[in-house]
Amino acid sequence: MPADGANASASHYNVRQTGLGAVPIKTLFKQDSYEFRRFFLLAIVSAGLMFADARVPQMALVRSALAVAVMPFHLVANAPVRTVRWFDDVFSTRGELTEENARLNSRVLVLEGKVQKLVSLEAENIRLRELLNASAALDETVLIAEVVAVDPDPFTHRVIINRGAAHGVFMGQPVLDAKGLMGQVVQIDPYMSRVLLVTDASHAIPVQVGRNGLRAVAVGTSRTQRLELVHVPDTADIKVGDTLFSSGMGLRFPPGYPVAVVHSIKHDPGRPFARVEATTSAELDRSRYVLLVFTEERPQVAAGRPGADHAPVPPAEVSGGDGGSETR
Amino acid sequence: MVASFLFAIMLYSLPLPQLLEAGRPEWIALVLVYWAVALPDRVGVGVAWSTGLLMDVLLGSLLGKNALAMALLVFLAHRLYQRLRMFPALQQAFIIFILIGLDLLLLHWIDRLTGPAPRTMHFLIPAATSAFLWPAVYFVLHTVRLRFRAAG
Repeated sequence: MPADGANASASHYNVRQTGLGAVPIKTLFKQDSYEFRRFFLLAIVSAGLMFADARVPQMALVRSALAVAVMPFHLVANAPVRTVRWFDDVFSTRGELTEENARLNSRVLVLEGKVQKLVSLEAENIRLRELLNASAALDETVLIAEVVAVDPDPFTHRVIINRGAAHGVFMGQPVLDAKGLMGQVVQIDPYMSRVLLVTDASHAIPVQVGRNGLRAVAVGTSRTQRLELVHVPDTADIKVGDTLFSSGMGLRFPPGYPVAVVHSIKHDPGRPFARVEATTSAELDRSRYVLLVFTEERPQVAAGRPGADHAPVPPAEVSGGDGGSETR
Repeated sequence: MVASFLFAIMLYSLPLPQLLEAGRPEWIALVLVYWAVALPDRVGVGVAWSTGLLMDVLLGSLLGKNALAMALLVFLAHRLYQRLRMFPALQQAFIIFILIGLDLLLLHWIDRLTGPAPRTMHFLIPAATSAFLWPAVYFVLHTVRLRFRAAG
């Protein structure tokens, strides 16, 4: 096979001359003496680019322009995946559809039941907050997005979603799935954006143990669904099975969303802190639809989109929920 | 040739099951090395650099990271191409393992320089899978190239 390749290439040199008329006879064992110089130049250019990309904020504009330029490429590259999904949608049988419909209907019923209670609890919460003179909790609206691609590098946990600047997505916007917090938006292009997942090694999120309000910072481990709590003292009151909620401390994520469940705690006498690992509540590697959270009043939720509004609290009097609304 | 690159990028961004994720072959690098060895006067450091830059934009990685790695890869491949053509398949695969390993090492260094990256040697697994797939890639691209040229 290799010898064949050599012959083929050798004969190829004779054939190719027609392509560019000006090229003179090609020597067979050519070593391009300028190649090192060219490589060196390109290496310097890349180093400059990398430096600029990491340190110069204006590069975000250049990036975004480049991303638009390669958009068609992206579409072509992702075509097979989308075709498979399309086939999946089109060729599901009627039985499957009715079954799924029934399942979803019953789920909606259950969720609506829960929401009824939520409304009363929220109203009660607001009244209690008013009693405490605390600031009112902000209303949150969401926008539904679909995960269209996953970063192929196994050590960076990022996904691409099909909503971008045109839909009002902003930098650092929190992203949820049905089970919990997923991550935040780190790069925005006009029609798509990249979401850094909480399990990425460069990501950290302030959390609070649901049981007793103990604060901690959960750092990504670049392993699937796995977070690590850093600087937890050996004596801290934390148990396996505790749910960790976002604490809202970093002012980036809204408070109160489930982030992870404590999976294992190891006390090593040789280390100053306990080693606490947690499993994310969100199904980071499975969720196809995600929710983008708008915390302030932002009217960008496009009409006709299935972006659900959390209903504003009705002013009506509510019967006190079953005691202990202060769960956190 | 462009089609093969497009196909490689497609393969590269294809979702893989969890177990195989760590060993995702470097399709784009493989295709690039093939063309660099087969048509050294056409696929040079410049083409490699542009391909890498395209990858950077598509993958959203640090601009210039893959560009530098790909340029290095092709530069090294050009130093070796005459020998590489003469080697039996197994030896070729071994050289590919080293080339792509170097490429991944460079990428890993850049990652370590610019941010936190996990301290494992797992990043080298794709070099092994790529080397394993090299004979197949070579065979496919070689047949495609010959047929394409025969057609005009």
